[in-house]
Amino acid sequence: MTYTGAALLGLAFAVALDLVVLRTNLLRRKAFWTAYAIVLGFQLVVNAVLTGQRLVVYSPGAILGPRLLYAPVEDLAFGFSLVLQTLAWWVWWGRRANSRRATSRRTSQARPNPAAASDTRRRLPTDTRRSSTR
Amino acid sequence: MSWVYPAVLAGCFVATLPLELVLRARVYARPRRLLATLAPVLVVFLGWDALAVHAGHWHYRHLLGLRVGNLPVEELAFFVVVPVCSVLTLEAVRRRRPGWRVGDEEP
Repeated sequence: MTYTGAALLGLAFAVALDLVVLRTNLLRRKAFWTAYAIVLGFQLVVNAVLTGQRLVVYSPGAILGPRLLYAPVEDLAFGFSLVLQTLAWWVWWGRRANSRRATSRRTSQARPNPAAASDTRRRLPTDTRRSSTR
Repeated sequence: MSWVYPAVLAGCFVATLPLELVLRARVYARPRRLLATLAPVLVVFLGWDALAVHAGHWHYRHLLGLRVGNLPVEELAFFVVVPVCSVLTLEAVRRRRPGWRVGDEEP
């Protein structure tokens, strides 16, 4: 397989992770595309240095040929896949922690436990404190 | 041997620090969530990188020569620094645009 093929596979893998596996649906969110646009700008600069200085060298047989600021176009798919996979996992872990917290709060409200009553005063500030995972 | 690659990565790290310290992105402040995010990404991309080098898609020149296990330290650092910068950027966007949902908000 060429880098071109691998880059397309990496792109498809990231899209599937976001939309199907983790269902984070970042691809449908303005916040993601805004963050990606910012990262892309810096990626082009960093990539230009690394490939322009020939610190990373690509085999001509593995790429299509067109380059953007020294870097092969395949790097766009590679970078997009890296950013999307990272952010999908970040949001997934955060969503998991937040929904667990919400569930445990609902259960403790639904079934008031007399033993926990003395604990109420100590527990109250937790709800008003900034969440540690959000 | 070249210091350019590590210098570029250090530049990324330093350039994004204000997002944490000034804009309060709270990414380094949540180390467990950050590590849990990095783990699957590192597995996929260090695997991809190893396969690509093996297949001859690309190779590295002028590395420092420092290795973690069998891995050049620059490659490991790249796949840590770039994801961390991405998360910092997303959290910075969230701080600046509180109305935009990201998908992890409390139900």
